[in-house]
Amino acid sequence: MNLDFTQMTPYIPYMLEGIWVTLKFVAVALLIGALIGTILALFKISGPAPLRAFAVAYTSIFRGTPLILQLMLIYFAVPQLTGYDITPFLSAITAFGLNSAAYISEIIRAGIQAVDKGQVEAAQALGVPYRAMMKDIILPQAFKNILPALMNEVITLTKESALVSTIGYLDLMRRAQVVGASMYRQFEPLLFVGLIYWVLVMILTLIGRKIERRLKASDIR
Amino acid sequence: MISVKGLIKSFGDLEVLKGISTEVAAGQVIAVIGPSGSGKSTFLRCLNKLEEPTGGTVEIAGFNITDKKADIRAARQEIGMVFQHFHLFPHLTVLGNLTYAPMKVKGETKAQAEEKARTLLKRVGLSEKADSYPASLSGGQKQRVAIARALAMEPKLMLFDEPTSALDPEMVKEVLDVMKDLAKSGMTMIVVTHEMGFAREVADRVLFLDQGKLVEEGTPDEFFGNPKTDRARDFLEKVL
Ligand SMILES: Nc1ncnc2c1ncn2[C@@H]1O[C@H](COP(=O)(O)OP(=O)(O)OP(=O)(O)O)[C@@H](O)[C@H]1O
Ligand SMILES: [Mg+2]
Repeated sequence: MNLDFTQMTPYIPYMLEGIWVTLKFVAVALLIGALIGTILALFKISGPAPLRAFAVAYTSIFRGTPLILQLMLIYFAVPQLTGYDITPFLSAITAFGLNSAAYISEIIRAGIQAVDKGQVEAAQALGVPYRAMMKDIILPQAFKNILPALMNEVITLTKESALVSTIGYLDLMRRAQVVGASMYRQFEPLLFVGLIYWVLVMILTLIGRKIERRLKASDIR
Repeated sequence: MISVKGLIKSFGDLEVLKGISTEVAAGQVIAVIGPSGSGKSTFLRCLNKLEEPTGGTVEIAGFNITDKKADIRAARQEIGMVFQHFHLFPHLTVLGNLTYAPMKVKGETKAQAEEKARTLLKRVGLSEKADSYPASLSGGQKQRVAIARALAMEPKLMLFDEPTSALDPEMVKEVLDVMKDLAKSGMTMIVVTHEMGFAREVADRVLFLDQGKLVEEGTPDEFFGNPKTDRARDFLEKVL
């Protein structure tokens, strides 16, 4: 075995920059996912039949096909069909945003439906209007179910984000490949960014645990 | 106060209420008893439309709630309901539970709602729990808070669905005492209960339901002393 990390030293700042590229991309995708996911969840729970059907079909399609396929479709199909030359960044956040919207909508739907039905009945029996009931009674309780699952989604998204390297977006993963190619050594840069992914995921996991513990504590009060 | 005519409720093919008719005057206390699955809860829940009646008419607190155009939310403000499992709002304090609906639904100011809430808490003996969260209360305390929460809307009548069935035996009395007190104050009450002692002592009238039918109806003395039907006699033999 001849591992030699010294050659890699000049490339380290270049690879570290990839952290911000990856995190920025994950954050934007998550924001899009959360926004569309919330709307889809509301469609599923209390939308009229056509909207509910749309949300269910949407979720089924995005969860039922490989993410890399969705990414490729958007990256290659959009220019071919519309002539618009979509950038890697735009296709990446679109694919990841739309994809995580499907997962997040399920997380939110499950979180809301896990709230005891008695809460709805108690609010109804008091004459509380639907919107106020959702906002003041149901969602605050659903939030406690949603947040831990949402943290998991953030972690998954961070790891899966490496897929965007396939369309040439210069994230952490892609930078490892670029560095590997230019110094004719693949192993060291891959190990290096592997470590970075792991540290990122560990940090997110710790944050998730902290949030969970705080939620539990507020349950007992 | 309540007039029910030919009330029918089906869940799919299962007909749970098979044409129930009865009248309740203001200030009366009605005990609804009967075997498990006879439709007592369903009957009660049809009175504030937590279940949608399949047929018949229900007039209550001045609203014909089986009329499609009825303002059901306005009707519910006049009808307090207490559940077997309390259903307090766990993320609000006791005071928050009592003030939420009066502020949100009736537009009371915070000061008004809190003043009324504290008076009610005193009445159910829980003044010192105003700032506690439901999770820290015993079952009996939770149910007393639930009663106070319903009363905070100043309803014209109160529905109770087995309010003591989920409680440890030593907590039943504190809840029944609050209910007796409420009955004495002239509140119209419909109480689904397995507490025969309470029915006998407090109710003006007993409704006996069996298999979705109102089989027998009378004063507690008549019903417990001299039941007219075999089914009521069988039931009483089992529970007394
Ligand atoms: N939402 C529902 N869907 C289908 N069937 C239902 C529903 N709610 C009640 N039932 C059925 O209706 C019948 C009457 O139920 P209900 O809860 O009114 O009885 P109950 O007299 O209150 O019984 P218990 O003393 O056990 O509370 C039962 O057979 C029950 O299974
Ligand atoms: Mg019942």
